[in-house]
Amino acid sequence: MSTRQFGEPVQRNADPALLKGEGAFIDDISLPGALHAAFVRSAHARARIRSIDTSQAEVLPDVVAVYTADDIGALDAELPMLIPHPCITSGGKTQRPLARGDVFYAGQCIAMVVAVDRYAAEDACAAIAVEYEPLPVELDLDRAVADGAPLVHDDIPNNVAAHFVQQSGDPDAAFAAAEHTTTVRVRLERSTAAPMECRAVAARWDGVSGELTVWDSTQATISVRGGLASLFDIDEDRIRVIAPNVGGGFGQKIMMFHPDEILVPYAAMELDRPVKYIEDRVENFIGASQERAQIHEISLAARKDGTVLALRDSFVHDTGAFIPYGIAVAQVASTSIAGPYRIPDIWVEMTLVYTPCVQVTPYRGCGRPQACFAIERALDQLADELGIDRTEIRRRNFIGPGEFPYVRDGLLFADGLAVNYDSGEYEKALDLITETVDLASFRTEQEAARAAGRYLGFGLGFYVEGTGLGPYEGGHVKVHPITGKVYVTTGLTSQGQGHETVFAQIAADQVGCDVKDVIFAEGDTQAHEWGVATFASRAAVVSGNAIHKAAVKARARIIAAAANMLETDEDSIELRDGRAWIVDGNRSVSLAEIATASNPLRYAFNEASQTATQFAPASTHDGPPLAEGQAPGIEETDYFSPSHATWAYGVHAAIVEFFPDTCAMEIRRYLCIHDCGNMINPMIVEGQVMGGIGQGIGGAFYERCAFDENGTPLAANFMDFLMPYATEVPDAEILHMETPSPLNPLGIKGVGEAGTIPVSQVVASAMEDALAPLGIAPVRESPMSPDMIHRLLSEARSR
Amino acid sequence: MKPALFDYVAPETVEAAVAALAGDETARPLAGGQSLIPTMNFRLSTPGRLVDLQRIAALRGIAVEGGTIRVGAMTRHRELETDAAANAANPLIGEVLDNVAHIAIRNRGTVGGSIAHADPAAELPCLLVATGGAVTVEGPGGSREIAAADLFRFHMTTSLDQAEILTEIRIPALAPATGYAFEEFARRKGDYALAGVCTLLTVEGGVCRAARIAACGIASRPVRLAAAEDALAGGTLDEAARNAAGEAAKEYVTAQADLQASEAYRKDLLAALVRRTAATAAKRAGG
Ligand SMILES: Cc1cc2nc3c(=O)[nH]c(=O)nc-3n(C[C@H](O)[C@H](O)[C@H](O)COP(=O)(O)OP(=O)(O)OC[C@H]3O[C@@H](n4cnc5c(N)ncnc54)[C@H](O)[C@@H]3O)c2cc1C
Repeated sequence: MSTRQFGEPVQRNADPALLKGEGAFIDDISLPGALHAAFVRSAHARARIRSIDTSQAEVLPDVVAVYTADDIGALDAELPMLIPHPCITSGGKTQRPLARGDVFYAGQCIAMVVAVDRYAAEDACAAIAVEYEPLPVELDLDRAVADGAPLVHDDIPNNVAAHFVQQSGDPDAAFAAAEHTTTVRVRLERSTAAPMECRAVAARWDGVSGELTVWDSTQATISVRGGLASLFDIDEDRIRVIAPNVGGGFGQKIMMFHPDEILVPYAAMELDRPVKYIEDRVENFIGASQERAQIHEISLAARKDGTVLALRDSFVHDTGAFIPYGIAVAQVASTSIAGPYRIPDIWVEMTLVYTPCVQVTPYRGCGRPQACFAIERALDQLADELGIDRTEIRRRNFIGPGEFPYVRDGLLFADGLAVNYDSGEYEKALDLITETVDLASFRTEQEAARAAGRYLGFGLGFYVEGTGLGPYEGGHVKVHPITGKVYVTTGLTSQGQGHETVFAQIAADQVGCDVKDVIFAEGDTQAHEWGVATFASRAAVVSGNAIHKAAVKARARIIAAAANMLETDEDSIELRDGRAWIVDGNRSVSLAEIATASNPLRYAFNEASQTATQFAPASTHDGPPLAEGQAPGIEETDYFSPSHATWAYGVHAAIVEFFPDTCAMEIRRYLCIHDCGNMINPMIVEGQVMGGIGQGIGGAFYERCAFDENGTPLAANFMDFLMPYATEVPDAEILHMETPSPLNPLGIKGVGEAGTIPVSQVVASAMEDALAPLGIAPVRESPMSPDMIHRLLSEARSR
Repeated sequence: MKPALFDYVAPETVEAAVAALAGDETARPLAGGQSLIPTMNFRLSTPGRLVDLQRIAALRGIAVEGGTIRVGAMTRHRELETDAAANAANPLIGEVLDNVAHIAIRNRGTVGGSIAHADPAAELPCLLVATGGAVTVEGPGGSREIAAADLFRFHMTTSLDQAEILTEIRIPALAPATGYAFEEFARRKGDYALAGVCTLLTVEGGVCRAARIAACGIASRPVRLAAAEDALAGGTLDEAARNAAGEAAKEYVTAQADLQASEAYRKDLLAALVRRTAATAAKRAGG
């Protein structure tokens, strides 16, 4: 047998080219004669546009075209409402490609300039005069829903974009009967994904063939193609969408249609010239989707022994000025709210609020970091109030390994199906982390440190993550007759996760070849016709299993053909090293020969192909060369459509030291136990988790999209929006557990977002523990800056 | 984030550079470009002409002479940071530069550029003020000397005229029996500091004979913390004295609250850094 590749830390195929600078990102794609676009963006959060004067820009020598809402024909309409939901007020607001009449956030596109280069385009933008009548705004979520607050949209009362209540069991009865109840109010700030490569689009129109090619640094090529076909009224097969190398997405690039994604192709068609738009960093900070801001008020009803009987959570969610992605983020938060805990009775209310800020759509974690922060902070408080250890209280509430599948009836997850945890070993994970960190000896060390005037703390946070949503993805596997290489495609896109490696491992296991001999393609609607997109930690689960199923079918065909060629029965064939062997024998045929023989030929180009031509002895058979119902070559396609999401989980812990004079906090140790089912490639899993932790550290300490009271962004660059450097991200000790998912053939769960989810909770909990002797108020906000801790300490001193 | 149109010249002598600046009042010198180019890309500054100083050999180099470290304006941060003679003469230099940005930026950023840029949170201006250094500038009317105390006026503003070029920076060597320390607090390693403190203490017989303390990040320019110096000079540098110096420093905080620091936090932070640097400097002075 070939050595199994699944589960091995195979080196990432894509890295050598990327490390040598040989990647091709959109800006690297050379389009001779391309024009460049730039946008005039609103300087105000909420304003009426009195006038737009483009005349000075139009006469500049290098300017080719200037577009306002008046110049884009049928595109001058609200962009698609991607995920409608009945709870959304009046169907929901989406933005227009270019503002008409009003602007709703600072950064909204008002005009597009197309010029010979980006310099000239920016000069022209500066020459366009927009007269505004600024309108009042309210950015505070609580005040925005109050009567009389300034409205983002005149026809949406109280700025309520959506209101939705979900319930599981009978929480009212449980609260009425509870021995103890506790309530916390937590707040997470607005943040943004800030991918290394900002968003980018290029388009070329071929007027002769009527074909539109769009390069889009998107997570969703196939969906973008569908959208463009519908918006432009062009046949889908006349549009090719390619996402080449993409420098990070983190959800920001799942949101489709940011205005440029349709205006750039529009201009390319209208001007019959290629057009490129490379979003710059400021534009990414003010014009691309953001996430995270939520305020939760969560109550737990418990017995004195710490058993949590019921949970009520009412939260407000900042959706920005528009709601194109529906309630997805809030819905994921609301359905992740009970974490790994049994809590049978649940009531969750969410209120989505329009604010005069750029729209909110999923960012890695997608509501889960918020839900985790809420439930875990509440559980810490409950433990403290009941005098139970914070670790112990979790143990008392875990869903046990024998209780799966564990369904929360009445809570519908982002796939529209009831929350249904499929497997897990929660208590074992907790045991593993407390043993690894050696909590008992840490407590001794902590006490000694306190006596010496030093402040150490321990904190942990548990999370669950619904991953691998449908609807479906496909896998296509083909063995090339000439080279014997194995071609694998799917309808996803990659932003650097390592798809090319893990999918190659899955296919190689079935066809018995080296991982390096698998040639993988995605991110191109011409490589693979059907599929959805990369989001929600679903690529490995959904495409991975689809590719597995297709590869299993290809394997069967290879074995059948090889048995025929080697004149033996199928049970006597084994596949390894790119060949089919007779078991216990030394005769074999290569994959190339098998693929060649499976494809009746008229012409021969090499020795192997001679055997497949019409006069070769092997070609003698009854009937036509290709039997009725038979397809040429070794080629198979299959699809995987999960029955529902599969739930990964994990627990993180940290030991921190706090320095009271500077209010700095240092992470001395960071641990992560996670379980994403069977791991295809532990090295890639670790990379995903570590990257997630890095983003989680950003969320816990640094990253905040701040606005002033007028709605002007205050942190629209990397000096003010503090993304942690490598120096700020601790080395994490990552330990794996593998509890297979029963929901798919490979037993895998998603891991893309895992690392980000619990970090704010871990830090808050550790900080409280460290600062306990100083009597500070509980930590209820994230991110947690030295300035914020200074405030808590000052308040404690003045009490 | 593309700059507006500008002319570019790269003269090889200081005289030619001065002439190029004098000929166009919108002209600006370009040194390492680590501060100027970003502001141009943001279109916060739109010089009509850039006069690149990189080809002027006379502006580079480090010499230690007669108790003074002379640094050519176009010397890169990293060159000064790793210069053995300069650091032997005044080890504060390396300690300060380790906090300036990141190595990649220090490889391009220049000592003169940093001083001329006069960011109130920048470390090198603070070093110059603390040590009582000076600079030489060359302009259409010839050259002149400016003491550190007279150089920094306000946010990004020095007493240089538009057509003047800063040619040399002079940092005094560490005085005998003097301990030094620089410490800052930044949110991320290499960021401009929320506050930074440079402290020099001369100690004889266990008593502080002289104290020079300057801070960055707390006002519209680097400032001497005279009241903190007074709290230390003449005394024994014990904990009480250090605490008093920290308290005395707070009055110098005039920077507005920003996203990272309220006024109260910045004051407490400054006090902490004064205490910490005073303790380190005292120890290094052998006191
Ligand atoms: C990410 C990042 C982080 C940074 N962090 C820090 C930090 O923590 N601390 C810090 O101090 N700096 C920091 N900097 C700034 C860096 O140190 C700059 O290099 C420095 O401030 C300016 O030096 P420069 O040679 O790049 O000057 P330039 O950017 O070329 O010029 C800056 C200004 O000085 C003028 N100028 C330059 N040279 C002369 C001269 N000889 N005579 C007259 N005028 C002149 C220019 O006209 C311009 O106005 C950071 C920069 C970056 C990009």
